[in-house]
Amino acid sequence: MAALIEVHDLAKTYQLGGHAVHALRGVNLDIAAGEFAAVMGPSGSGKSTFMNLVGCLDTPTAGVLRIDGIDASSLDGDELAHLRNRKIGFVFQSFNLLQRTTALGNVMLPMVYAGLSAKSRRDKAASALGRVGLADRMDHRPSQLSGGQQQRVAIARALVNDPVLILADEPTGALDSRTSLEIMALFQELNRGGMTVVIVTHEPDVAKFARRVLSFRDGKLVGDKVNPAPDDAAVLRAALPDAEAA
Amino acid sequence: MNALEALRSALEALRANPLRSALTMLGIIIGVAAVIAMVAVGAGARALVMKQIQSLGSNLMIVVSGSVTSGGVRMGTGARLTLTEDDALALEREVPGVAIAAPIVRGSAQVVSGNLNWSTVVLGVTPGFFDAREWDVENGRGFNPEEVEGAGKVVLLGETVVRNLFEDQDPVGQQVRIRNVPFQVIGVLAHKGQSTQGTDQDDTVMIPITTAKRRVLGTSQANARAVGSMLIKVRDGEDMQEAESQIRGILRQRHRLLSNQDDDFWIRNLSEIAETRDASSRTLALLLAAVAAVSLIVGGIGIMNIMLVSVTERTREIGLRMAVGARARDILAQFLIEATTLSSIGGAIGVALGVGAAVGIANLAGWPTLIQPLAIVVAVGFSALVGVFFGFYPARRASQLDPIEALRHE
Repeated sequence: MAALIEVHDLAKTYQLGGHAVHALRGVNLDIAAGEFAAVMGPSGSGKSTFMNLVGCLDTPTAGVLRIDGIDASSLDGDELAHLRNRKIGFVFQSFNLLQRTTALGNVMLPMVYAGLSAKSRRDKAASALGRVGLADRMDHRPSQLSGGQQQRVAIARALVNDPVLILADEPTGALDSRTSLEIMALFQELNRGGMTVVIVTHEPDVAKFARRVLSFRDGKLVGDKVNPAPDDAAVLRAALPDAEAA
Repeated sequence: MNALEALRSALEALRANPLRSALTMLGIIIGVAAVIAMVAVGAGARALVMKQIQSLGSNLMIVVSGSVTSGGVRMGTGARLTLTEDDALALEREVPGVAIAAPIVRGSAQVVSGNLNWSTVVLGVTPGFFDAREWDVENGRGFNPEEVEGAGKVVLLGETVVRNLFEDQDPVGQQVRIRNVPFQVIGVLAHKGQSTQGTDQDDTVMIPITTAKRRVLGTSQANARAVGSMLIKVRDGEDMQEAESQIRGILRQRHRLLSNQDDDFWIRNLSEIAETRDASSRTLALLLAAVAAVSLIVGGIGIMNIMLVSVTERTREIGLRMAVGARARDILAQFLIEATTLSSIGGAIGVALGVGAAVGIANLAGWPTLIQPLAIVVAVGFSALVGVFFGFYPARRASQLDPIEALRHE
């Protein structure tokens, strides 16, 4: 069976002030459906470029990239937008929620571009918020939510179109360690439900929750390790003393 | 995204910055209000001119005794009194389009009452003149046939003359002297105001044409029946051009003019003068509308400016929308709808304000204003168009952002 993400000789070269910057120099890997992978590497290692390509936000200079069997390297802007809309859910470090609308409105946003009816949008958004434990916060605006809650809204938004892949870019970068554990526990829970999760991070603490760790350096994949016994974030969270009971 | 949701989302975005949205709309509001108010003022001015024309009599012509050529020397208008009272009778009789042909003799004289005196225009007229001019006697009575036939020494005074000779007294029944001939005042003429040429039509006295000739202004030595001019009222619905050419034909025939001779009279069509006035007031209205339209364009530039700021501020939002599946055209549509919503709401407020201003001008300044529904439609349509036109560049810029750059934007 073909992998969910197939990458062959993937390369990306930017032109920066007349110089060619080789951000990615021929990467080969497959990620199967249901995996939980962490992409690691220092800044400049090419991990962000890799994420942008896998997220279909950018097109490769050379090589092949298939998402769920679709060759993303040959698509135009509108087709890429469609692919992102249907196959990929993004989670960002800074949440990227629209401040002027409610949690429910934010979660409905991807479905606006999917062309769903208002009724089914509402229902699906409400159920996605339920999955991340925010059923009682649907009418709150981002400013009325804590950082962890905002990130949960963002995860609900990523889930709502039933993507094949959740792509998270430093999802705990703006959160304290306690909340980080809660978010990682949520990712692990989603993964146990069958969702493929790829997290880009430079924190080893985050990577230890993944079952597979991909390391990038100088535009190349330099490490591909399987973590046979990843930590369980929910257990670690439960072990923490509730100093400031929320 | 359907249109209603797009509109709701645009309103949401505009509500996020209420003061800024309001200030941006202000340009359009002022522009639309100005268009509507200015067009209303212009239309009102035109309507006033049309009313003046009506008061003058839109279907009137004046025939003036014309120049004659004597030994190669061409004399000016009225140099010889070529028209006669019989010409007037003949025109009434023979030209079917002519309702009234009223002969007029005209001169100026000093009018004296007690120790006050006033120089004014003396018109010798027949009762037909009042019908043709639609000019009523307000106080007192008009001439009766015996006074016209028998050269009665009765006079009707214009308002301006009354004011200068009688101040606050009632002049009816009093005596005045015109060139030392005593006259009895039998009435005061209704207020007529300025003519289209700006002369005071109320600065006049009127006496029977017979009296004018025999006792005040004198008769022509050549022909006792001669008059300086005549006022002609054409029947309603008759073609002025047609009537004019028939009048010309009858007069030439009566004056025994050969085909190679010039007319010895002039025919002036008063509606021509009126049309000139109308054209000039139309130019004024157009000018006002153009100035107002410029302010609409300035308002549009304001919208473009704010939309550019908004696109920059919301770069991350644009990046996010792209990441979750918005195509370039979705982003384009979003910002275009925002700009158009901004300008259309401004347009609607502008209509309300413009109509209010037009009513206010009418009530406070006393200028006549006429609100033109077409101006409202055009102004609103134009303001929506301004939104699309000036919103397009910022919206296009937004739609062409690179999602990666946009997401990284601080």
